[in-house]
Amino acid sequence: MQLAKVIGDVVVTRKDDNLTGIKLLVLQPIAADGSNAGRTLVAVDAAGAGVGETVFFVRGKEASFPFYPTEVPADAGIVGIVDHYDVDPES
Amino acid sequence: MILARIVGTVVATRKDPRLVSNKLLVARPMDPHGKSEGSYLVAVDTVDAGVGETVLIVSGSSARMASGMKDCPVDAAVVGIVDTVEVAAGD
Repeated sequence: MQLAKVIGDVVVTRKDDNLTGIKLLVLQPIAADGSNAGRTLVAVDAAGAGVGETVFFVRGKEASFPFYPTEVPADAGIVGIVDHYDVDPES
Repeated sequence: MILARIVGTVVATRKDPRLVSNKLLVARPMDPHGKSEGSYLVAVDTVDAGVGETVLIVSGSSARMASGMKDCPVDAAVVGIVDTVEVAAGD
């Protein structure tokens, strides 16, 4: 899993049937210090996240598992909203 | 998933039999602001997208979960046509 900040949302009317009713959010992956780390991506939301929140997400086929048995065509999915995290500043 | 703009089509006569009658599109990934980034890719179309449209592309093994792509040799599929992308101010 990776940490990311939710920076936006995507509206898609014409889409795969199995994506119907699923929220799509724009994520910016972040490093432990909160700085941006890597390219933005679009993820399906399985945690009820919103813009401005810090979340963690999974990559790959596992992104669709929260919606089982529906086979959602997703390669990134938000699975948790971060309350806070601590990192040893020396590491 | 990634956002991308459709920039062309691919015609292939000799191909894997499981790809027959699937439309192939050339896509250029872009960031949420519309700026192109990364290299071009070929994606199979499942939503009747066309050149010039902004789309949602699912990559990797999840591409096979797109409608009609079961057991097909694909690693990128267009699964949605994007209406709007909204990004929080400053991100």
